[in-house]
Formats: sequence, structure tokens, C-alpha cells
Amino acid sequence: MDFSLSEEQRMLKDTVERLVRETYDFEKRQKIAASEEGFSRDVWGQLAELGMLGVPFAEEFGGLGSGGVDLMILGEAMGRGLVVEPYLSTVVLGGGLIDLLGSAEQKESLLNAVVGGETLLAFAHGEPDSRYEPAHVRCKAEKTGGGWTLTGRKSVVLNGAAADQLIVSARISGGHDDEDGIGLFLVGKDAANLKVHGTPGIDGTHVAEIALDGVEVGADAVLGTPGACFAAIEEVMARAIVMLAGEAVGAMEVAVETTVEYLKTRKQFGKALSQFQVLQHRAVDMRISLEQAKSLAVLAAARLGEPRAVREMAISAAKAGIGQHARIVGELAIQLHGGIGMTWEVPVAHYAKRLVMIDHLFGDTDHHLERFAALSDAAA
Amino acid sequence: MDLNFTPEELAFREEVRTFLKSKLPDDIRAKIKGGKRLVKDDYFRWHKALSEQGWLGSNWPTEYGGPGWDPVRKHIFEEECYAYGAPRILPFGVNMVAPVIMKFGNQAQKDYYLPRILDLTDWWCQGYSEPGSGSDLASLRTSAVREGDHYIINGQKTWTTLGQHADMIFCLVRTNPDAAKPQEGISFILVDMNTPGVTVRPIILLEGEHEVNEVWFDNVKVPAENLVGEENKGWTYAKYLLTHERTGIANVGSSKAALLHLKAIARDQVKNGRPLIEDPLFRNRIAKVEIDLMAHEMTNLRVLAEVQSGGAPGLESSILKIRGTEIRQEITDLARRAIGPYAMPFQSEALDEGFNGEPVGPDYAAPIAQQYFNMRKLSIYGGSNEIQKNIIAKAGLGL
Repeated sequence: MDFSLSEEQRMLKDTVERLVRETYDFEKRQKIAASEEGFSRDVWGQLAELGMLGVPFAEEFGGLGSGGVDLMILGEAMGRGLVVEPYLSTVVLGGGLIDLLGSAEQKESLLNAVVGGETLLAFAHGEPDSRYEPAHVRCKAEKTGGGWTLTGRKSVVLNGAAADQLIVSARISGGHDDEDGIGLFLVGKDAANLKVHGTPGIDGTHVAEIALDGVEVGADAVLGTPGACFAAIEEVMARAIVMLAGEAVGAMEVAVETTVEYLKTRKQFGKALSQFQVLQHRAVDMRISLEQAKSLAVLAAARLGEPRAVREMAISAAKAGIGQHARIVGELAIQLHGGIGMTWEVPVAHYAKRLVMIDHLFGDTDHHLERFAALSDAAA
Repeated sequence: MDLNFTPEELAFREEVRTFLKSKLPDDIRAKIKGGKRLVKDDYFRWHKALSEQGWLGSNWPTEYGGPGWDPVRKHIFEEECYAYGAPRILPFGVNMVAPVIMKFGNQAQKDYYLPRILDLTDWWCQGYSEPGSGSDLASLRTSAVREGDHYIINGQKTWTTLGQHADMIFCLVRTNPDAAKPQEGISFILVDMNTPGVTVRPIILLEGEHEVNEVWFDNVKVPAENLVGEENKGWTYAKYLLTHERTGIANVGSSKAALLHLKAIARDQVKNGRPLIEDPLFRNRIAKVEIDLMAHEMTNLRVLAEVQSGGAPGLESSILKIRGTEIRQEITDLARRAIGPYAMPFQSEALDEGFNGEPVGPDYAAPIAQQYFNMRKLSIYGGSNEIQKNIIAKAGLGL
């Protein structure tokens, strides 16, 4: 058993941590988060220059061909800086789907553009009534002429408004929650009959509601084999959860550090808050949650390359566990800061928001507890 | 990063399994699996089997007869023992007093006591706690007064686990009542339980079991050569012992075995005509504790890897104590709830070997509520979980 990072992983960690530390201070982050697009073209360009946008892909696309641990490392650094750049949507989800399902031409044109920072992608998958069920797809794809026509709605799509290309999931056959019968289609942002309504998220990220009212795409827009895309969807969501787990750990580290520092400096009743035992114990609860979250993130990252049954148990364990621990850390960070923790001006409040919102992505604690129980039954 | 065990570690796991299958007596295993009461002889036979294999002093350096296992092997050994249904290894001799004697004892003490611990000649119990001290151990009052080549001990110890079976007790005693600080003036001394003036009285715990005792000292005359290390330096030795006590406190193996048992119960119990394990609320409770246990096990392995590569566990050992005990308690709580109304009957006699009566409820029900109440001790002993939080706050967070 070996928990140490390889030489390459240490270098990756140093590179991304330095970038975040040196170019992404809190004020700048706030400006970027409040901007129209919800990210910074400058920062994105720097990420591309440093090779960060290719990390999960094969070497021929300028990547490191690496797995879960690298995603966790990237997530952790971005979590520490509350980075809002569209890495999950463009690289992990969008790029991941093209990597898994794309034809040689699609990979050649799209992956290179993603890695180079020229193209942004979004995965339009969730729907108004799908909640967190990944197989729930009602949006319809009908074969028309040489191509397909898409009709339906997609909701809370990460970075949906900024994306140059959407990858839309749509049902070709079967019932609305069947795993079989789901197809994936590339849709350009300027397509006719496509409506994209972007909105800021409460945590500084940006999402979009999308309506497809008979959007026509050609045969070259098909990703993979129509009707047989679910396994790839599950796999890129697993990768996204690994990165998100890392992000939660990074954000939790900062929230714990900041709160401990505050307890040492803030005085009440003539002494530092850190001298009140009840507050010490609550800070310890935060620290313990951080440790447990880190363990689950490591587990999920290390199991990402394993067969599905092993991988998904670790993924659901991580997402359910981290959902609970992130909430504990987020809520206590606010509580221990007292009134000031309730204000827009302090960074820790924004860490708390991101920590709580992470539970709303790719399945919340309840969803993954239930899923873990089912996987655990199946394994028994 | 590679979370898989090495081929050598997997081979070691097989070796432990083979040993357990051939050397753990079936009747003892059946008692553990059925939650029955163990008697002294059960512990003795299990410890004897380990001793003959050379595996009893698993924490001991090879020069004293330890097997030379690294932290990961110790972890695998513990996990396999619990999974197979072995009793816990009583720590008082091998894991508590022995490390203190090795580090601070003189040559004569090492030569005399250590082999007797390994071959089970002496059974040890611990004399740390006192009625008035609790977690504030340094406030202890039992006195030892030097008279020629003896100490005269007076006072009372409490919570002495399995002291009714012990031949020897290691005690913290106050040798200098005028010391400036309570931690000073304490000594570490070894006492033969058969010395005149030593009285052991049972304390019956809330679940009805005789597990712990009071030990009274009334002008007990102990040879001065039984003093370990220097007079008035006992607090240093006591702290050293406690750090040893906390290794292995993660309880991963024991919790894993208990979780499997809980799931078996939940499959057998019925709610609304269906197995309880299919009940959405209950299955989520099980899933939550199972995930907590996965996280805890990973934390434990991360700490072990750190120790293996030469690092010393800091606040992590306190985190392991807190989480390990909380998770173990949660599992026993769920087991109690799983059996529903059958948690109520108090069937103490059903825990005895050879019980021929008709058990009330399913055969696994009798020990469940008693175990739940007994396990409340986990967050209290070994430095209560609140004390552990104080340690993390101070040493880990600098508060």
C-alpha cells in the first residue's frame, strides 16, 4: 500500500497550486465569478499554456494520460482558491465524453481544441424532473433525414451559456429512466431552435437552463453509438465526482485554517474565542470531518481505474460522505465566525457556500447513500 | 498511489487465516460469533495459542520475542482475527506494561517479567484510575511511602478490567505529596495481587456483567525493586503507556466484523413483510455507518503508512480514537434497533456456555442490548472523547 504521490503528480500539484496562489487571489476570484461569462479567458489561457487542460487525456492530445489521483490533485488546488473556471464542464465531462465515445475525427478536432483552450464544452444532461437520476432522460432524439432532431429541456447545466458546443443527452428508445436507449449529440451554441438561459450560481459558478425546440443536427453530431451511451455517462460522472471530492477537500482545508485563525484572534468576554472549550471542540469537529473527507477522496481517486462494481462503491461512498462532511465544515465555519461569517465580505462565507453546493452536484448525500446501499447489496 | 496490499502482505493474510483455522478452538469461536460470555480459560487458551506461534507480543521488538511485524501487518493480523471470530487480545500485559518495562525498566525487571508475560505465567491488570480522578488522572491519591527497602501502599484504584483474574497489577502511586504540580511526585510500581492488604471487589456494570473491579490497598508492603524507572518520574512512563494504548484503538477489524453481523441481522429481521435491510430508512442508516467505516479505515491506513515510513502520528491517533469509538457505538446502536422489541428481554443466563433454556426471540438477540450498553464505555475510557478533542485542539490546531 502506497499513499505517496509520484514525481509527475508532485509536479502537477506544484504547478497548479502555484498558478492558483499567484494569479487567483480572493478579490480577483470575486470579480471573475461576478463577470458575465463566469470565468476568466486569461486564466483559462494560462491553464492551457501550462498543459492543465489536457491532464486526463492521452499523450497524443497533449495530455498526461492520467487518472483519478491527478483529478483529485487538480480539484484540491482549485478548491483552495475557489476557482470557478469551467474545468469540470469542459475538460472532465465534455472532454471525457469525447475521449470515451468520439470518433477519430471528433477527437482530433475537439480534443485538441479543448486542450488548447480554444473550445468550451458543456454537458447538457440533467432535466427539470430528473433530480439526480443519471439514467432519467426525457429529451427526445428523432431520426430525421440524414440527421437527428432534438426536443426537450435541460436544466442546471454547468457553464452552459459559455460553451461553444453542448453535448446533449436524448432518448432514442425505452422508458424515460432506462439506462439503455440514451444517445449523445453535439449541438453548437448557435443552432436554430436552441434557447440557452444562463444564470449565476449561489456559489459563484455559472449554470444554464436550456430549451431544445426541434434542434436539427447532422449525422456527424452523433457521439458514440446512439442508445448505448450510459456507461460513458456514468464514467465521466465518476471522474467529475473524484475532482469534486478533491475540490471539497481543498475548500475544507481553507475553511478549517481560516476558522482556527479567527478563533485565535477574535476576543469576546475579555479572552480569545480559542480559549472557550466548546468552540475548540467544534473546530475539532471540523478538522475530523476534513480528515474523513480526505480519506474518502483518496479512496475514490485510487479506485477510479478499477472495474465498475469497485469503482462505483467508492464513488458513492465519497459523494455521500463528503456531502455530509462538507456541510458540517461549511455550517460550522459560518457559526464560529459569528455575525461576520454571515457577510459577503469574508472569504470563508464563500467557501461555505461552495462546500454546501457541492452536495447538489451529481447526486446528493441521500441519493448516494441509497445508491451505495444498493451497490453494497449487489456486492454481498 | 496504490491502495492494494503487496503480494507479501496478501501472503501474510493467508498465513494468519491458516493459523486461525487450525489454532483457534472452535468452542471459543462459537462463543464470539454468538455473543456469549467468555471465561478466563477461553482467554487463556487463545493467548496460549498465540504465544506458542510467537505472535502474542505483536508490538514487541524481535529481541524480546516479538514477531517483527510492521504496522500494516499488525493491522492485517487484527482484522483477520476479528473477521474469523477470535477474542480480543487482552492488552494489559503485552501491550501496556511490557512496553514500559522494555523502555524504562532495569535489566532484572526485563529478564523476569517479559518472559512471564509472553508465556502467560503472569496475568496483568492496570491500576491507573481512581474514584476521584477520572480523566484528570494526575489528581490520583493512592500513596506509596518508602520504608527501608519497601514501599507501603494505601489507597484505592477503580475500573480495573478483569482484575479478578490477574496475578499482577501495575500502578501509578503518589510518592511525593508535596510536589509543585500534580503530575510530579507520581511513581510507577508493580504489585503482586496476592500481597496481604490487596482486596479486589467487583463492580457490576449497567448491563449486568462483572468486567471491572475496585482494587483496595491497605498497608500493602511492596519490595522497592518493583519500582519501574526513577521515583517521582512515573507520569512520563504513564504517558508513554497511553500512547501505546491508543495504537490499535481505531477498532477497524472489530467494527468490520460487527457491521457484517448487523447486516445479517437486518436481513433476517422483517419489517412490513420485507427484510429490514430493504427498508429505505434503515438501509440508509447502515449505508451511512458503512461509509463512515470506509473513511475511518482509510484514515487508519494512511496513518499506518505514515508510521511505516518513519512519521509519528500526532493528532491522528486522537482522531482515530474518536471516530473508531463513535462508529463502533453506532453499529451496536443499529443492531439494538434492528431487533426491535426483542432488545427488551434481559437474558443474562443465555450468554453462558451450555445454556439449555429456551431463548426469547431470535438466537442472536440476547447479547445485543447488553453489548450496546457495554459499548458506551468506548467513548469514556482511554481518555474520554472530550479529552481527545482537547488534545487535538491544543496539539493539532494550536488553540
